Amino acid sequence: MKTAFVAALAIVAGHAGLAPAPVLAVDTDLARNLAATCANCHGTNGRSLGGMETLAGVDKDRLLAKLREFRSGAKPATIMHQISKGYSEAQLELIAVWFAAQK
Amino acid sequence: MGPCDRRTFLRVAGATGALAALYGCGTASRKASGHVVVVGGGYGGATAAKYLRMWSEGRVDVTLVERNARFVSCPISNLVIVGEKTLADITLGYDGLKRHGVTVVHNEAVAIDADKRSVRLADGDTLRYDRLVLSPGIDFIYDNLPGLADAAAPETVLHAWKAGPQTVALRKQLETMPDGGTYAICIPRSPYRCPPGPYERASLVAWYFRQHKPKSRVLILDANEEVVSKKALFMKVWADAYQGIVEYRPQSELRDVDVAKRTAILEFDRVRAHVLNVVPPQRAGQIAQRAGLINVNQRWCAIDWLSMESTAVKGIHVLGDATFPAPTMPKSGHIANQQGKLAAAAIVNLLAGQPPSDQPLAVNTCYSFVDNRNVIHVASVHAYDAATGTLQPVKGAGGVSASPNEVEGRFALAWAKNIWGDMLC
Ligand code: HEC
Repeated sequence: MKTAFVAALAIVAGHAGLAPAPVLAVDTDLARNLAATCANCHGTNGRSLGGMETLAGVDKDRLLAKLREFRSGAKPATIMHQISKGYSEAQLELIAVWFAAQK
Repeated sequence: MGPCDRRTFLRVAGATGALAALYGCGTASRKASGHVVVVGGGYGGATAAKYLRMWSEGRVDVTLVERNARFVSCPISNLVIVGEKTLADITLGYDGLKRHGVTVVHNEAVAIDADKRSVRLADGDTLRYDRLVLSPGIDFIYDNLPGLADAAAPETVLHAWKAGPQTVALRKQLETMPDGGTYAICIPRSPYRCPPGPYERASLVAWYFRQHKPKSRVLILDANEEVVSKKALFMKVWADAYQGIVEYRPQSELRDVDVAKRTAILEFDRVRAHVLNVVPPQRAGQIAQRAGLINVNQRWCAIDWLSMESTAVKGIHVLGDATFPAPTMPKSGHIANQQGKLAAAAIVNLLAGQPPSDQPLAVNTCYSFVDNRNVIHVASVHAYDAATGTLQPVKGAGGVSASPNEVEGRFALAWAKNIWGDMLC
């Protein structure tokens, strides 16, 4: 498994950092909407029904640190390294703040 | 214990105020009001219905029209076909949506009047709407497969491409097939529902044969030039784990079927199988056609990606497999769920007199089992691009598994549990 992770990380590392999307202030529900793209796996509003980590109520800085580690490849993952690269730093921050606020 | 039982919130849907308190506060949600009818309670429609209630804080009335009493999931159904799961494991009821205050009507929508903003049901009832969400899934196109009009076809040559009775029937065919027999699966030209699904099914059947019928083989007759999803990973599995069991034939488009002989008729060849499994070509579900929504290649419904609203008829939002997809976006349950949320967010804004978000984003993941435990995934992230007016895959994001692995076998089942909860609990 370890070698499998390393191989996958090596492939995507070459593309890292190409995905900054501008965050405009037009969508006042942007944080909620972005966070909802995680819910298929992590549960509605980040409340997992099992087998995936719950994100609701997790400290914002902890969430952001993990997401940054996924993006940089520092944290081994099966899929989060690939998904987290689809969001800009600013979007991830919005998402982390939103999940942290869910009780 | 049902999948929704672990819900710790919203056990009882009360008055609007109570719901608003539970759902937290948005902005457009405070002003939105009206009635949304959702036709089709699959991955797209059920998600839209739930999120419309949630994000409007209970202010928007939602009626879901669904012909089946229960939802049966296509994802994971290939595990039922090889006996690793039961139909009950992939079946869920609509009670969770009712707890969100969704009115669930088990009936069939037969006609839509976009001017009067009404939907006619098979029982004669008419539902009026302010906005309509259509998530009709796919219908099969049999025009070029006249043999499948044979009365015996539905029992003999199965598609099992809509989970339900055919899923169980295909399981039975494989169980009763003699060892030494051939299972053949015919794949239509892309786009079709669930791009990796046929290859997952072929792999799982090969796994089943290796355990129980080692002299049997799997023949994949693919109309496409090559494997259309996770190609390198599937080809490696077939070459390594299923060497001598799986044979893959690209550019083998089905021309017709001889049902009585269980024979696939190709351009230059006829292939007789003990179990012949035909996934027919597809288009948007029939109600989309009746409503005049099909405007791409006579098959699919083009939409405005900012609102998921049909480009053909105002006031109707189309979701899921019926849509003409954005670049590289697959027809998957995961994408339908994401589109359900995009539509819900847009409709809540529109019903409050506000424009939809200008930056919709959607994630896709398709997990595929290559045996009863090992799984491979493909993932992508799609963000709105104003220049092209559609969702474009985000560069550098997404990808596939390095190789089949058991860790993702567990995540795939967790994915199913959580996405079913996200749409129905
Ligand atoms: C396809 C399913 C899927 C989606 C979608 C998804 N995740 Fe994950 N997430 C996982 C899996 C699986 C893991 C475990 C790490 C791995 O193997 O990738 C994980 C792990 C995590 C972790 C680490 C949890 C811990 O405590 O170790 C965080 C944080 C996280 N995801 C956040 C998110 C956010 C935020 C989003 C949306 C932007 C998201 N995930 C979308 C599947 C998903």
